[in-house]
Amino acid sequence: MAFLLKDLIKKQAPLASGHRMCAGCPAPVIVKQVLMSTDHPKVCTNATGCLEVATTIFPFTSWKVPWLHIAFENSAAAVSGVEAAYHGLANKGELPEDMKNAKFIAFGGDGGTYDIGIQALSGALERGHNMLYVCYDNEGYMNTGIQRSSATPIGANTTTTPVGSQSYGKREIRKDLLSIVVAHHIPYAATCAPHDWMDGMKKSQKAIETEGPAFLNYFSPCIPGWKIPADAWRKLSELAVKTCFWPLIEVENGKWSLTGESKRIADGKAEKVPAVEFMKNQGRFKHLFTQKKDDVLALIQADIDRSWDFYRKMAGY
Amino acid sequence: MKEQKKSWNELPIGGSILEAGNSKNYFTGTWRTFKPVHNAKLCINCYFCWMHCPDDSIVIENGKVTGMDLDHCKGCGVCAEVCPKKAITMEKEEK
Amino acid sequence: MSSGRFIAVDGADTAAFAMKQIDPDVVAAYPITPQTEIVMKFSEYVANGEVKTRYVTVESEHSAMSACVAAAAAGARAMTATAANGLALMWEILYIAASYRLPIIMGVANRALSGPINIHGDHSDAMGARDSGWVQLYSENNQEVYDNYIMALKIAEHKDVMLPVMVNQDGFITSHSVENVEPLTDEQVRDYIGKKPAHFKGLLTYGKPVTIGPLDLQDYYFEHKMQQHTAMQKVLPVIKEVQEDYFKKFNRKYEIIEKYKADDAEMVIVGMNSVMGTVKDLVDELREKGVKIGAIKPRVFRPFPKNEIADILKNFKAVAILDRADSFGSFAPLYAETLAAMYKFEKRPYIRSYIHGLGGRDTTMELLGTVANDLIKMKDSGEGHLSEAYLGVR
Repeated sequence: MAFLLKDLIKKQAPLASGHRMCAGCPAPVIVKQVLMSTDHPKVCTNATGCLEVATTIFPFTSWKVPWLHIAFENSAAAVSGVEAAYHGLANKGELPEDMKNAKFIAFGGDGGTYDIGIQALSGALERGHNMLYVCYDNEGYMNTGIQRSSATPIGANTTTTPVGSQSYGKREIRKDLLSIVVAHHIPYAATCAPHDWMDGMKKSQKAIETEGPAFLNYFSPCIPGWKIPADAWRKLSELAVKTCFWPLIEVENGKWSLTGESKRIADGKAEKVPAVEFMKNQGRFKHLFTQKKDDVLALIQADIDRSWDFYRKMAGY
Repeated sequence: MKEQKKSWNELPIGGSILEAGNSKNYFTGTWRTFKPVHNAKLCINCYFCWMHCPDDSIVIENGKVTGMDLDHCKGCGVCAEVCPKKAITMEKEEK
Repeated sequence: MSSGRFIAVDGADTAAFAMKQIDPDVVAAYPITPQTEIVMKFSEYVANGEVKTRYVTVESEHSAMSACVAAAAAGARAMTATAANGLALMWEILYIAASYRLPIIMGVANRALSGPINIHGDHSDAMGARDSGWVQLYSENNQEVYDNYIMALKIAEHKDVMLPVMVNQDGFITSHSVENVEPLTDEQVRDYIGKKPAHFKGLLTYGKPVTIGPLDLQDYYFEHKMQQHTAMQKVLPVIKEVQEDYFKKFNRKYEIIEKYKADDAEMVIVGMNSVMGTVKDLVDELREKGVKIGAIKPRVFRPFPKNEIADILKNFKAVAILDRADSFGSFAPLYAETLAAMYKFEKRPYIRSYIHGLGGRDTTMELLGTVANDLIKMKDSGEGHLSEAYLGVR
């Protein structure tokens, strides 16, 4: 189903203004895209992280849906517990009318999902809860001051992979979280980039309406973490897809496909843009250009080419 | 807003917040260095600014963008960046 | 009115049976020795449709406690069980459960906390969690396990409390020993625990969107801790009320601190959980010989019944405190807190600390006999006063 902005604007936004996310952070836009994609009653859980702390500084909350935060590594376990409560209460006829057909959505950053929360995520996916887990991936521990996570790309300057005489930044490739999630054989998993809001909302809608566990990995540029201007997220989101750094992928019942611009590139209808176009205006990669680290830039391009080849093959190209 | 801080026995237990979306009462507009200025003559009401605004600060009345909620807009400029008609421009905030 | 019907069960099955009768909305649990039997037995009840519970077989204790917190925060009755390292893995979330004021019930089959790894009983697991904000009940035997479970729910969900409750029993010695237990009937339990009280609301039952677990900084965190403190202050009166009501309804008498042959005693041995069965036997034996000895058994360690224990102990000549946990570099927990509670009196009994039974070491009648001998010496001479002994260590 296509979404029309003229209809969406009439609905209540799920996240009120007055939150203290950084100016220009797309995470609230991601929340908007996910939660506005269906009209179900929704209950959200949130891992500790930027989104959690900045939207709920007591006594203020930006959330207009029931929302729970417990800790960093357990957003998936928390959503399991809420979903279990839903069924437990329903079994006894104690579920309020306004919560019937509710959907359960967990949010977590990449630190809380790829790293410390992966056990809880894997457990929840395996148990088959009727839930959606949304990772907003800003490629590092941004809330604690820009440390590397297993989602940080090669070459990025972070506070735990600082550039120095013996260091060009992070040395390891990103963890392929999507493949790990798909290996649980859940009914729905996808990647999204918030500039392509239609693609993101369609995927969100499918993910929410899927019976059983679903997963979305949402690209989420970070203003201070990537050292980019406050109005840069949309353009970078677009470039991440155009360079195949962040392909738009959908895996429905084990069937992989590419969507949006990624599909056009795979179909030969659009050019795959060189990775440097995505990297050159980000402060976290600046040293690669000023120090003329062409070997590292080549390494990064090779890594993108490798993963793009992999996803293309998975999608049957 | 001047915040009246309650004592322990006046607060709901467990740290819960019972008033959904009350962050509306917290004004982040003071963070701004640049403010978005909306030109209704150029605006085609595509609502791209609304979709891209992280702060729910695009004011729409009767289907028309009428301006920005400057109490909350942090001045990130994404609305101006995404506007296909350049109907939003960022201007230096005057103190 | 009790049911008059006895079943022969071990402590773990007793816990599972009580859970079945409570029929919680959600159970999230992960197996660990010696708690395993609790979750295995409860799984059978689920498999046979004897409960309506949504049972979540989580991938770790951390997720077990997280799911219980979430379920309770959603407005559901939630229960779990664990031991030792499992409880340790829950640590972070224990504090959160208490601070969110969620009336979760958790059984703990007390077991030594590694290392080196040991699967047998001691109280190092629960003692480590003593400052997590949970109410801690202790159970000498299977009957007490059962009754503590049923009463725990009433304590936890009381409007002045709204705190999680840990029901402790000794790993193996209680959890795996078969005794006769007289349970209430299913109807009795159902009527007794009733529906969730109106103040017990959550994400799914509030009727409006609520934010639970926000960021709580310098401006309000302290106030929320004050609320927790105040709730804990109300627990002992509530336990008293619940125990009295339980006695009235089911003719089973429990007190916050059980006194055994203590009224005319000169000396007492103080301890918690299963060792007190052996202590009572010793008291019986020595009483036959004319020794004025008694036993004191706190059934609640959190909140610590400081005034109650001090008022009981102040009149004895000599007191031995048995701790089944150490606090390396300080005083053992029950000993330390008892000493602090006694400070308000000018005249205090001679008192001595005994650490016993670590890692499942048997605390025999013979060993306890040496404690009694020490007390007999100490009561007149003061010999050993304020000293610390390790009972039976080579």
